[in-house]
Amino acid sequence: MNTGKSETEEGKKRSGDVIVETVSRLMVPFIQLFALYVIMHGSSGPGGGFQGGVIFGASFVLLVIAFGIVNAGNRFPEAVNTALFSTGVYIYAGVGLLCIICSLGAAQYLNYGFLSLPVHFEERRALGMDFIEIGVGITVMAVIAEIFFNLAWKKEEDEKEGGKE
Amino acid sequence: MIPSIDLVLLSLVVVLAIVAITVRDLLSAIMLLSAYSFLMAMVWVEMHSVDVAFTEAAVGAGASTAFLIAALSRTVRWEKK
Repeated sequence: MNTGKSETEEGKKRSGDVIVETVSRLMVPFIQLFALYVIMHGSSGPGGGFQGGVIFGASFVLLVIAFGIVNAGNRFPEAVNTALFSTGVYIYAGVGLLCIICSLGAAQYLNYGFLSLPVHFEERRALGMDFIEIGVGITVMAVIAEIFFNLAWKKEEDEKEGGKE
Repeated sequence: MIPSIDLVLLSLVVVLAIVAITVRDLLSAIMLLSAYSFLMAMVWVEMHSVDVAFTEAAVGAGASTAFLIAALSRTVRWEKK
C-alpha cells in the first residue's frame, strides 16, 4: 500500500517522536471509550451527545498530531466523514419522524413516549434520548475531525507544491 | 461556592484575558486562550454546573485550541505592529 512510500518520504521530513507516538497510541482507545461512556450517560448525568462527540473527534485530532496528516489522515477519507455526519442527522430526524408516525397523527415530534417499543414508558423515553444522542455524537465527531483534517491538509499540499518548485 | 476560590479563579481569568489580547506572539495568545478556557471550566465546576464545565473543557480547551494552532500554521506567528 502507500505506507511504505509515505514512511520513506514523509517519515524523514516529519520524524516521529517514539514517546509521543507510543503514548498517543495507548491513550486513543481510552479516550474513545470515555467518549462512548459520556454519550451513553448523557440522559442520566453530565455529558451528552455533543460533549462525547467532541471527545471522540479529539481522539482523531490526537492521532493526526502524533502521526502526521499523511499517515493518519488517509485512514479517514472525506467521503466517509461526509457519510457519517449525514448519518447522524438522519438518525436524529428519523427518530423524530418515527415519533410522529407512532403518535398516530398527534404530530409529537421527538416525543419519545410514543415510540412503540416493548418496554415501560420511562424506559422508552430514556431509549429515545439515547438514540438521539448517538446521532448527535456521530455528527459532531465527524464534523470536528473533518474541520481539523481540512485545516491541516492544505498545509501539507502547500508544502508539497513548495517542495516541487 | 467558596468565595475566596471564586475570587482567585475569576481574577486569574481576567488577567489571562487581558494578556491574551495584548501579547504579540500569536502562539502564546492561543496557549493563553486555552488556559483561559480551562480556568473558565474550573469556574463552572465551582458554580456547580458540571455540564457547562464539561463542554467548556472539551470544546474550549481541547478542540478549539487544536483548530487555532492548525489555523496558525497557515499564517505567520508574529503579529505586525
